[in-house]
Amino acid sequence: MFYRENGQFKTTYRSDLQIFPIAQDRIGVLLLLAFAFIAVPLMADEYTFRAILIPFLILSLAALGLNILVGYCGQVSLGTGAFMAVGAYAAYNFLVRIEGMPLLVAILMGGVCATGVGVLFGIPSLRIKGLYLAVATLAAQFFVDWTFLRISWFTNNSSSGSVSVSNLHVFGLPIESPLQRYMLCLGFVAVFALLAKNLVRSAIGREWMAIRDMDVAAAVIGIRPMYAKLTAFAVSSFIVGVAGALWAFVYLGSWEPAAFSIDRSFQLLFMVIIGGLGSIMGSFFGAAFIVVLPIFLNQALPALGSLVGVVISTALVAHVELMIFGALIVWFLIVEPHGLAKLWSIGKQKLRLWPFPH
Amino acid sequence: MKLKTIASAALFVAAAAGALITAPASAQDKVQFFPSLTGRTGPVAPNATPFANGYADYMKLVNARGGINGVKTLVEECETAYATDRGVECYERLKGKHGGATVFQPLSTGITFALTEKIPADKIPMITSGYGRSDSADGGVFKWNFPLIGHYWVAGDTVLQHIAKKEGGWDKLRGKKIAVVYHDSPFGKELLPIVEERSKMHGFTLQLLPVPAPGVEQKAVWLQVRQQRPDFVVMQTWGVMTPTAIKEAIATGYPREKMFGTWWSGAEPDLRDIGAAAKGYSAVMMQHGAEPNSPVAKEILAKVHDKSQGTGPRDEVGQVLYMRGVVGAMLATEGVRAAQERFGKGKVVTGEQARWGYENLNLTQAKLDALGFKDVMRPVSTSCADHMGSAWARVHTWDGAKFTWASDWLQADDQIIRPMVRGSAEKYAGEKKLTRRPPSDCQS
Repeated sequence: MFYRENGQFKTTYRSDLQIFPIAQDRIGVLLLLAFAFIAVPLMADEYTFRAILIPFLILSLAALGLNILVGYCGQVSLGTGAFMAVGAYAAYNFLVRIEGMPLLVAILMGGVCATGVGVLFGIPSLRIKGLYLAVATLAAQFFVDWTFLRISWFTNNSSSGSVSVSNLHVFGLPIESPLQRYMLCLGFVAVFALLAKNLVRSAIGREWMAIRDMDVAAAVIGIRPMYAKLTAFAVSSFIVGVAGALWAFVYLGSWEPAAFSIDRSFQLLFMVIIGGLGSIMGSFFGAAFIVVLPIFLNQALPALGSLVGVVISTALVAHVELMIFGALIVWFLIVEPHGLAKLWSIGKQKLRLWPFPH
Repeated sequence: MKLKTIASAALFVAAAAGALITAPASAQDKVQFFPSLTGRTGPVAPNATPFANGYADYMKLVNARGGINGVKTLVEECETAYATDRGVECYERLKGKHGGATVFQPLSTGITFALTEKIPADKIPMITSGYGRSDSADGGVFKWNFPLIGHYWVAGDTVLQHIAKKEGGWDKLRGKKIAVVYHDSPFGKELLPIVEERSKMHGFTLQLLPVPAPGVEQKAVWLQVRQQRPDFVVMQTWGVMTPTAIKEAIATGYPREKMFGTWWSGAEPDLRDIGAAAKGYSAVMMQHGAEPNSPVAKEILAKVHDKSQGTGPRDEVGQVLYMRGVVGAMLATEGVRAAQERFGKGKVVTGEQARWGYENLNLTQAKLDALGFKDVMRPVSTSCADHMGSAWARVHTWDGAKFTWASDWLQADDQIIRPMVRGSAEKYAGEKKLTRRPPSDCQS
């Protein structure tokens, strides 16, 4: 009754085209942003920032990038970790090799380099589809792993192969405290999420979806598959590359190629699938599920055990955490194969009728 | 209906979260908190578990002995599964608990690299005995890192010394070929500078054979060993990688007598299942080895295990990696004891004060013997410039069922290692735009 478009008349084309057509959604998003930018910094402690919110935001961004490729354009990719690594190492090289390089420019240039590599490894998508493409993108993963392990130029000839950054500054402000790091990530995520939301409802976004739903039909109505697929790879890799640079710079501070291993690629793919393919919101749900839930379980289990007077060993906690986590993945995929984002939209549909359902 | 189930699940989760927050803090006052980052699951579980057990057991022994001048120790574990991002999360989780963490021992080179960037801001020292950054032995640049009792370069140098001694001198190595099988990560690569330096000095050739983590697939590597027939193989391996390498060596017919592990590649979990077939395999041990007959192991059995307080299985007490946990815990508590001498006996020290203790550690043989480390360790003495404290090592050999000492005490060559440490630390300081600590800072 309260949450519906009836009565909200669109009198101009502009208002008809806005991102959130329902006034309540606009207010909701503004409230969410206000919450993230104002309320969270007031409430969260250092642990929440460093161990939960920052990884959640960065991996949300990466999942968002992957969702454009997998969810919107239908190109399954297992090379996400590789594109993150390209973003991280490229940004690192821009930062250490060019004197006075601003951090934001370095991170964005990392994204640009990831775009290049992403497009390169996207070329096979013109000929191969589905699972076969997933296997082809694995090549990116192994190639990039090999590159950063073997070619010491990329790691500034570090003897151990591990590189690190510190003393980060943005516009003269240090990025040191957890709050500053959080704000930097949040800024990136908010801007990219809005851009992506806009992009997927533009002409190019509709081309991606047409390719995803049926590429032959899309080609027949005049969509160029090469252009659509490669732009999806480009946009996706750019966002993923920026996320990789943030993961390395802001979260880890010091990293090696193992930080962007095949496990990371799978983790991100699971985020997209569990969160909801083809949904911007779903990327956030998926990231929250995969990042926050294991940490929560890891801390909740000993606490629950102590309530009933049982001391659970560290190893058992780790095992039980994996079991519950795995079971929850199966359970969610059974009750809602379209991901957590679908639950969200079902909730919104119900809200339209509330409180007077038929 | 569906929503209802989800809502009830969410409620349950929220209730659990509430329970978590309101769970009573179990810490009593006046405890010295030692966080323990464990690897009880994951690719290194067989090796990292005894370390965590030894660490916890020695802390219990310290409490049974009456604490550190009356201050009881408290250990809380957090599982990292050897993953860097989980390790960082654990660090953030534990660093402020129970009045603040005293010292971290992450038992992972990846986590060490990540934490090295964080500990100066948090003012918490980190002990990385035998792993982490080798150049962090330079206390002038790495104020908070303590690679006590040795690092990769000490292990690498002493294992090569042992090989040279067996051959009859360094000049006998000229023209020989030594293969290095290493974990393809910072952990493995950290060994390479010292072997490369020694190979330049003595004219032996190196065959570098990286093995991708976790190291269960080594067929290609050992095929290369078979083709090239190196005179010796040095292994810088960890976790499941070590037994896999030895099994592959057996399959290729490479003699175990010519295989030498570094500090992390020669413990019971690596060899027990292979048993007699691994006979002749050696590994370099910095300070301690397998010490089931040491006084400290017996004391742990009597005061901890016999009171059914033991953390792990009883027969593990005294094994190599268990002893490594014991030695790690001993260094952690003795640093606190040293700090108490300065900042007040019987008081809980902060991480910052404990750092002073680790920097001014002076474990004489008499002190070590009194702690039960007779014939286990040699004296350790640190300073502002030297955060390592000792460079002693021995080599032990697997006789098919247990380890026996195969060499006398070896000492890494300071003339070679010190300039390497300094050079690498300077490079790090240059990249980070850090300045070397002035001598006045050493008193703080």
